Amino acid sequence: METKGDIMANMRRAAAGAAIAASMALLAACSSDGGDDGPTSGATSGGGGGDEPVTLTWWHNGVAGDTGENSLGDYWDQVAADYMADNPNVTIEIEQIQNEDLQRTRIPTALQSGDAPDLFQQWGGGEMAAQAEAGYLMDLSDVLSDDINRLGGGVAPWQVDGVTYGLPFQFAVEGIWYRPSLFEEAGITDVPTTMDELGDAVQKLKDAGIVPIAVGAADGWPAAHWWYNFALRSCAQDVVASAGTSLDFSDPCWVDAGDQLQAFIDTDPFQPQFTSTVAQTGATSSAGMVANGDAAMELMGQWNYFVYEGFTDGSDEAIAALHEDLDWFPMPATDGGSGDPSAAMGGGDGFSCYVDAPPECADFLAYIVSDDVQRGYAEAVGGLPVAPAASDAVTDPVLQKIAQTTSSAAYVQLWMDTLLGPNVGGAMNDGIVNIFNGTGDAQGVVDAMVAAAATS
Amino acid sequence: MTALEASGRNADPVVEQSTAGSRPPTPATDHPRRANVRKWAEIALFVGPALALFLTFVVYPVISAARYSMYKWNGVSQFSDAEFIGFENYARALFGGTSPDTKQAFTTAYTQPFWEALSHNFAIIFLSLAIQLPLALIVALTLNRKFRGRAFTRVVIFAPYVLSEVIAGTMWLIIFDPNGVATQWMRAIGLDMPAGGWFEDPTWGFWTVFFIITWKYVGLAIILFLAGLSGVSEDLQEAASIDGASWWQIQWRINIPLIGPTIRIWAFLSIIGSIQLFDMVWVLNRGGTAGQYSTIASYMMEIGFFRSDWGYGSAIAVIMFFLSFVIALAYMATILRRDNAHPGKAR
Repeated sequence: METKGDIMANMRRAAAGAAIAASMALLAACSSDGGDDGPTSGATSGGGGGDEPVTLTWWHNGVAGDTGENSLGDYWDQVAADYMADNPNVTIEIEQIQNEDLQRTRIPTALQSGDAPDLFQQWGGGEMAAQAEAGYLMDLSDVLSDDINRLGGGVAPWQVDGVTYGLPFQFAVEGIWYRPSLFEEAGITDVPTTMDELGDAVQKLKDAGIVPIAVGAADGWPAAHWWYNFALRSCAQDVVASAGTSLDFSDPCWVDAGDQLQAFIDTDPFQPQFTSTVAQTGATSSAGMVANGDAAMELMGQWNYFVYEGFTDGSDEAIAALHEDLDWFPMPATDGGSGDPSAAMGGGDGFSCYVDAPPECADFLAYIVSDDVQRGYAEAVGGLPVAPAASDAVTDPVLQKIAQTTSSAAYVQLWMDTLLGPNVGGAMNDGIVNIFNGTGDAQGVVDAMVAAAATS
Repeated sequence: MTALEASGRNADPVVEQSTAGSRPPTPATDHPRRANVRKWAEIALFVGPALALFLTFVVYPVISAARYSMYKWNGVSQFSDAEFIGFENYARALFGGTSPDTKQAFTTAYTQPFWEALSHNFAIIFLSLAIQLPLALIVALTLNRKFRGRAFTRVVIFAPYVLSEVIAGTMWLIIFDPNGVATQWMRAIGLDMPAGGWFEDPTWGFWTVFFIITWKYVGLAIILFLAGLSGVSEDLQEAASIDGASWWQIQWRINIPLIGPTIRIWAFLSIIGSIQLFDMVWVLNRGGTAGQYSTIASYMMEIGFFRSDWGYGSAIAVIMFFLSFVIALAYMATILRRDNAHPGKAR
C-alpha cells in the first residue's frame, strides 16, 4: 500500500519535472518568433475590424497535466478555430505556458520589452493594477460595456477605479472539501456552518482517529487561505477591499484574524507535520490525503475537484467512486467581526488585451466570454463560468453547489494575495506561514505587510 | 611547421637591422608592424567571441543589477518611471534602512531574514571545512590503494555529485517526507521525526539540508583528493615505510602535505560554492517556509523575483557578488598564493 503510494508519488513528481522541462523548451523555442506580430498589429491598429489580415497572439495557462490530458488547452484551441472560421481575416497564434512561468516570468518580461502578446492571462487584483498603472493594458470599459454588464459583479477584480482592464471567464469561491464517509464514521451528521461546529467536527474526527483537516502549508498559500477567511469575517467589506489600493492595515481586525487563526491552530485540527506538506504533488500532499481518505477535510478552491481526480487511476469507475464520497460546504461563519458571515473568498481567471493590441483582441475576448462559449467551457472543461446565462451548463452537483454559494454570497472578496499584489501579498503569506511554523504571531503578519507596503 | 620556422628566421635580421637604426625606413620595417597587426588580429579572433559573450552575459548584467539596486522598482512598471533611492535598498538589507519611521519594521521584515540567510551561508562554509574536509580526506586516504572494485567504488562515491540538483532534491524530498522512508526508519528504531518535519522544523531544517549538501558534494572532494594522491610518488611512501614510518605517519607527514594544493583548491571551490548555494535549497522548498535553510541566493530569488521587489533583489545580488569577489581575492592573495608562487620563484 505504502510502496504503491511512493511509486505514485515518484511518478507524479517525475511527470511534473517533465512538464517543467517541456515548458522550458517551449520557452526557448518561442523566444525567437516574437517579432512576427509587430508589423501586423501596427498595420491594423487604425482599422475597426475590417478585412485586413490580423494576427492575434494569445498566451494562456492551459497546459497538459500529469496525465497528458489538456482539456482547457484543447478547448481554447477549438474556441480560437471557431472564431477564425467566422472571421477569416484573423489568425490566432496560441502559446500554452505553465501558470507560474506565465505569471512570474513571461508576461512581466514581455510587457517590459514592449513586445507583449495581444491577449494574455490575467489574474486581476494588485498585479493587474500595477500593469494598468504602467499603461500596458487596453481599457475595455467602453468597447465591451455590454459584456461587462452581462457578466455582472464577477468582473470587479478586473477593474481599477471603475475602469475595466480584463474580463474573467471563470470565477468561484473556495470552501471546504470533505469526505462524507469519514464524517459518518466520526458520527458527524450535519456539515458545520459555524466555527464552533467545525471545532466539534474536528474533535469528533480526532476521537475517531481520523486526521480532521489537511493543509499544504509547505506551499505557503494554502495555509494563508485560512487566515484570509478569518480576515474576511473579521474585517468590514470596505476595509478589505480598500486595502488593495490604500495598503492600510491599521484596523485591528487584521491582527484579530491572526489571533483567530492561532486559536484555531491551537485546537490541533491539521495533519501532523503540516508545514512539511505540499498541496498537490504526491500521495502525501494535502490533496492526496483527502483523495486517499487519509484526511477528512481541506480548504481549497473549486479546482481541487480535478486535483482529487488526478489521484485516482483515471478510470471512469474510479472517478465516479471518488465523486460518490466527495462533497463541499462553504467556509463556516465566525463569531463577531465586522464582515458579513456569508461573505466568501474567491478568485478566477481572465484575460487582458495589451494596450497596442488590434481592436480584434477585444472582439475575440468578448467571444471568449459569450454565453455559448462559456457554456462550452463548463461542459468541456468542468469550469465554473462567469456568464449567468451559462450557469445551467454546470451539471455536476458539487460544482453546482459552489456556483450557488458564489452567487448567493453577500460579497465575494478576491484572494488576498492577488488583491495585494506579489510584494505585500507575498509578505503576508510568509507571515501567516510563520504562525503555522510557530515562529511568528498575529502582529508579525501585519508588521510584515506594513513593511512591504512601505517599500512599494 | 617549416614555413613558420623559415618566416621566423627571416624576421630576426630585419628586426635587428631596424632597431640598429643604421638604415632609413624601408618596406622591410613593415614586417614587425604587420606581425603586430597579425598578433592583434589573432588575439581579437580568438578572444573576441569569448570576450563579447563575457561582456554581454556577465559584465553587462552585473552593471545592470548595480543600476537596478539604486531604484525602487517593482519589475512591472517601466524602469524609466522607477524612483531613484540611492543606497536605500542596501541599507534596508544591512541595517533596516535610514528612515526612522520604517527602521523597526524593516529590521524585522528585511534585515533579519537577510542576515539569517547570510549566516546560513557562513555556517555552511564553516561546516564544510570542519566536516566535509576530514570526511573526504579519510575516505580518500582509505581508498588510495589497489583493491577489487576500486573503479566501482569511486563511481558510487562520485554519483551524487553527477546527479542534477533537481533530481537529487526531489529524491530527498520523497525520502524525508513526513510519511517517507526516513521517518519510517526513525519510527522503527523508536525515535520520532523533528516536530515540524525534516525540512521545515525551525531547529532541524538547516541540519537536514546540510546533511544533503554533504552527501551531494563530498564526492567531489574525495575524487579530487584521490586524483591528488595518485600524483604522490610511491617511492616516497616506500622510503618512509622502510624507515619505519607507520601508515598514519605516512599519511600525515607525506600524503596530506603533498596534496595540500589540491585541498586548498577544493576549499576555494567549496567556499565560493557555499556563498552561491542555490539550486538544492530552492528545489527542497525555496529555502524553507520560514527561511529555515535560506541562503543569500534563495533569499534574493524569493524577494526579488517572487515578491517583485526588483530593486531590493538586485541590491542583494550585488552584495552577494561583492562577497564572492572579496572572499575569492582574499583567498587567492593569501592561501592560494603559496601554490601559485612557485613558478615566480623559479624565475
